[in-house]
Amino acid sequence: MSVTVFDPDALDLRPSVWSRSLRFCRRQPLGTFGLALVLIIAVTGIFAEALAPYNPTANDFAAMTEAPSLDHWLGTDQFGRDLLSRIIFGARTALIVGLSSAFVGGSSGLVLGVASAYIGGTIDMLMQRVFDIVMAFPLIILALAIVSIFGTGVQNVIIAITIPLIPRCARVVRSAALVIREVPYVDAARACGFSAWRIILRHMVPNVMAPFLIMVTAFVGQAILAEASLSYLGLGVQEPVPAWGLMLQGGAEEYASTAPWIAIFPGVAIMLSVLGINLFGDALRDTLDPKLRDR
Amino acid sequence: MQAKKSLVTTLAAACFAVSIGHAAPAAETPKRGGTLTYMIPADAPPSLDGHREGTYATVHTVAPFYSVLMRVDPENPADTTRFVCDLCLEVPKPTDDGKTYTFKIRTGVKFQDGSPLTAADVAASWHEIIFPRKGVLSARANWYSMVDEVGAADATTVVFKLKFATPVFLPALADPYAFIYEQKILDADPHLYETHVMGSGPFRFVNYTIGQSIEGVRNPDYYHKGEPYLDGFKGIFAPKQSVRVDAIRSDRAAIEFRGLPPSARDELTKDLGDKITVQTSDWNCGNLITPNASRKPFDDVRVRRALLLAIDQWRGGPALSKIANVHTVGGIVFPGSPLAATKAELQQLAGFWPDIEKSRAEGLSFELLNRNVDQPYKFVGIWLVDEWSKIGVHATQKVVPTGPWFALMRAGDFDVVVEANCNSIVNPVLDTQKYLPHDVFVENYGYYKDPVEADLYEKMLREPDPTKLRTLMRAYEKQIIDVEAHEFPMLWWERIMVYQSYVKGWKIGPSHYINQDLADIWLDR
Repeated sequence: MSVTVFDPDALDLRPSVWSRSLRFCRRQPLGTFGLALVLIIAVTGIFAEALAPYNPTANDFAAMTEAPSLDHWLGTDQFGRDLLSRIIFGARTALIVGLSSAFVGGSSGLVLGVASAYIGGTIDMLMQRVFDIVMAFPLIILALAIVSIFGTGVQNVIIAITIPLIPRCARVVRSAALVIREVPYVDAARACGFSAWRIILRHMVPNVMAPFLIMVTAFVGQAILAEASLSYLGLGVQEPVPAWGLMLQGGAEEYASTAPWIAIFPGVAIMLSVLGINLFGDALRDTLDPKLRDR
Repeated sequence: MQAKKSLVTTLAAACFAVSIGHAAPAAETPKRGGTLTYMIPADAPPSLDGHREGTYATVHTVAPFYSVLMRVDPENPADTTRFVCDLCLEVPKPTDDGKTYTFKIRTGVKFQDGSPLTAADVAASWHEIIFPRKGVLSARANWYSMVDEVGAADATTVVFKLKFATPVFLPALADPYAFIYEQKILDADPHLYETHVMGSGPFRFVNYTIGQSIEGVRNPDYYHKGEPYLDGFKGIFAPKQSVRVDAIRSDRAAIEFRGLPPSARDELTKDLGDKITVQTSDWNCGNLITPNASRKPFDDVRVRRALLLAIDQWRGGPALSKIANVHTVGGIVFPGSPLAATKAELQQLAGFWPDIEKSRAEGLSFELLNRNVDQPYKFVGIWLVDEWSKIGVHATQKVVPTGPWFALMRAGDFDVVVEANCNSIVNPVLDTQKYLPHDVFVENYGYYKDPVEADLYEKMLREPDPTKLRTLMRAYEKQIIDVEAHEFPMLWWERIMVYQSYVKGWKIGPSHYINQDLADIWLDR
């Protein structure tokens, strides 16, 4: 009598990651374009030292407000600093602030949203009212208030943008978690005597990942815009740190008519990064949301 | 004693040429009439009281309504040694070994309410400035530490008695904030001038809307014959530079009196050609970098000197002047003044050596506190961070609004700060008070002690001989910059005035505080 060993892989009929990626690209060309933009920006930010042709903070008085040329592809600013190099290093600032704020804000919102839904009752009601209060302020206004309390700088800008994102994620995640809370396997876990945190983290959180990922993707774009806005208002990162919003401030305004490239290229960088993230986020939503998947 | 007296007299004669009254510009005949609209680069002045305030926002708002005892020559405000009478009849020669100044006051001058202006009003105003009563703030009382008493000898005579003879006294009297107020109002309520206007200047007050505008009309009783030329004026408050530049471009306003950056000058001249007139001047304002000597490692003179030596002002000045309103490399004294260091003298001081490579050493990390004002604070800050990076010093900027910037400096909560020393009348000795140790002059934020420096200052204050005074100034400057590196004077600012060409009769001076009564301005259209 022969014994057949059970091979679970042989029964796995799910398509591979590669084929799923290909299908995503085929079905979501705009999303793929967005993803490509995001990847380009990410690679640019990560390898800024290798890619930037000049030191982004070095003044060059011999090349002040130079128009785009072979030496300086995107021109120079009023201090003679190479704009391409500053935009490349600015991608790093944007990514650090955008990704940190989105993931910390989103993750905190995820846990709080699911916990609020699972616990319910008075605690849920109190948490929701607190979220209501925080959400009553537009993101940029709340971020402005937080920066004015904690001060400027990259760390404080991340905190300032993270805090307003928490309730936004928590609210969406909670509504998904409320449905999951009633499904039989959560009842079963509760009946088995699992702790509330184990049920939340092991059984509920994985099942709200789809809306969470969509939210986080959207948050990255919002955070980059918020960072640029704060820097433009002089409340974000400070000179001479290369940051896109900061590059639009001061000199860019003063030289708008005589050296417009100082304002145009950082503006284009912000636009492309937010466009890329939004296109990718939309495609991700279409892919992960079962109601939209087959449209 | 006689020798001392003659020295004071000689200095006064040499430095402060005397003039009575003034004439209209010789080249063109002024036209009468019209209303001048100008921009005031501020939200609103903190108050309307010139004695109390130190901001140009107050001067640009109310100076046209007031008379002063003395002033810079409106025909040549660029001359740093020439002062003329406004209410006085003649700039007096001091008596009593240089310790008494007796001013004869004009008669027939009236306040807007019709009351006659007498020597009692002049003496009361100056008494309030020099010896403010309890609860009244006088922003420049410390300028007049040499004054023993001031009073009216009769209806047309004001006498200042000094504790010691000093050449800095007479220029200090030309302070553009030293408005002459009515004694009876001062006695009734010394705070009334904070919110009300009652003067005897070339214009009469019509209307003031906080944050919007100030309006005046010609004073028919004005005492300088034929002046003012304008029927009236309107000053519009606009803190944002782009608004002011657009207003001048579209001729909604003809001028602003503080000064614009080079980019605005280039933009307006490019757009409007000969419809725009440009006047420039060295500005009696300059940035200075102050390390906090109460914090390590800035308590070490070697660290302070290393930071100072890393900055190449000779190369940075001409380059920065293309983008920021800075221009002239100088020491602690206004470059146009007889007491200022020559280039050769400057190049003997640390931080001003001609060979920058010889100056630069190796480094450290710290935070540079700066004010959230583009021109020229942030421009200078960005340049400094780059200069220090060349010696391996990593400086990060902390840019904060004006309120927190002052608060952090006053609390000593900073490593190194970009600040400025801005003065009105060029009066070099008084202008360098800013460099005195904090325990002598509270608005010094270096938090160092230096009895040698304080002693040199006291000697300068009492030195009547211009040559000896100049020698003392060099020693004082060397002690601050070269020996102790307490503070690093940066580039002196450049005042760039860009305005509609039909505005005539106004001449630029080295300060945006002076020559603001508008009496000489006329409109050619």
